[in-house]
Amino acid sequence: MTLAEQLLSGNRLTLTRLLTQVENDTPEGRTALTELFSHTGKAHLIGVTGAPGTGKSSLVNQLALHFRKQEERRVAVVAVDPSSPFTGGAVLGDRVRMRDLAGDPGVFIRSMASRGSLGGLARATAGLVQVFDAAGYDTILIETVGAGQAEVDIARLAHTTLVIEAPGLGDDIQAIKAGILEIADILVVNKADRPGVENTLKALKNALELAHPVRHVFLHHGKLEVVEAPDEPVYNSWIPPIQKTVATEGAGIKELADEIARHAEHLRESGEWTARERSRLGSELDALLREALVAHFREGVPESRYEAVLEQVFQRELAPWEAVKMLLNGQSK
Amino acid sequence: MSEQKTSPEHGRRIRVLVAKPGLDGHDRGAKVVARALRDAGMEVIYTGLRQTPEMIAEAALQEDVDVVGLSILSGAHMALAPRVLELLKANGQEQVKVFIGGIIPDEDLPRLKEMGVTGVYGPGASTEDIIRQVKAAVTE
Repeated sequence: MTLAEQLLSGNRLTLTRLLTQVENDTPEGRTALTELFSHTGKAHLIGVTGAPGTGKSSLVNQLALHFRKQEERRVAVVAVDPSSPFTGGAVLGDRVRMRDLAGDPGVFIRSMASRGSLGGLARATAGLVQVFDAAGYDTILIETVGAGQAEVDIARLAHTTLVIEAPGLGDDIQAIKAGILEIADILVVNKADRPGVENTLKALKNALELAHPVRHVFLHHGKLEVVEAPDEPVYNSWIPPIQKTVATEGAGIKELADEIARHAEHLRESGEWTARERSRLGSELDALLREALVAHFREGVPESRYEAVLEQVFQRELAPWEAVKMLLNGQSK
Repeated sequence: MSEQKTSPEHGRRIRVLVAKPGLDGHDRGAKVVARALRDAGMEVIYTGLRQTPEMIAEAALQEDVDVVGLSILSGAHMALAPRVLELLKANGQEQVKVFIGGIIPDEDLPRLKEMGVTGVYGPGASTEDIIRQVKAAVTE
């Protein structure tokens, strides 16, 4: 039986051990990914990001429950939490909010430590997602670290990115800063039973309208004014909807799942799905190539020479750019 | 070479599931241990209160952990521990080491060891001892 067949037959021990091999980037893990690659590309990858404490894990829990009960999809969850930059250790606590999913063989939850990677995901997250995809999980929820404004890696990996906000987390300037709001395919205002929710909704709506102008009719000095929307859509034709939820009670979850389905349909109809896949695989290939080239190059450079150049850089005798040039040209100063 | 830091040997980390089976709500000990193991460089999956043995075994499987730490202060350890061990074995994870922390009478220790529990820690146990013994159990 091939590895893919073992995974598809539902062998969870094989699956979990393989996830570890891939996470640790072992030769076995790489061989497996190579073997499984042709079986990937079928799952809908849904990214969930947002500041700490906005309720990402609780929402993932509710969405997974919904996908299981209403649509009988097989659901995998990859939840990333930060590693300590000092010891490399981590406490991964996302499962605490996902206890409703226990006992369901159609759900598989895997926690990951970020292991020094920035951008909200771990280096091996894409690999883990590929394994789940090959194992026949058709919906994969990916929860990011939740550090905030620079977590854009998820948009590169996922087909549909949910950005979770909650009332009381900053003013409307936060909403127009570059970064996290730009990556949202769907904006979720969680904890919508809290005070201040109207302000959060208004700030997000205003920020969205700056990016996606719509036809406006308003009163100005007693006169009705009309500002027409531009004929050409500014970026693409998808305008991120804003969905209110209360994850702890399950309110708004069905509507959110409907928006996710609508977005997947939009991606397929507009050709955006294949375009995203292509650019994602492109950036994956680039990253691997970069790593392999550096490793290959370093094999040809004696350690003593590397150390000597590094020492010169350390002594401020050589700028890093000069050092790179020298190493590449094989000269010495 | 600096790239070697990401090689498999260095990339491998001890993964520990810290779980609290049973119905008592005292999770301070479990949190202290989780934090100490984290500071020792381990990846600790914390599952929270009121876990059934089935939930614990399932989480241990999905997370492919090396160690399961059970925090039990309810007195139900002689029922909960064997059930967890049995389920781990049924899932093919008999190599996973099980540790218990909490209020465990001395007379139960031999029987727990016999069942396959690797270590038991009561009030006043030092986190350094726990870390050392977890590391030793995993690398043996």
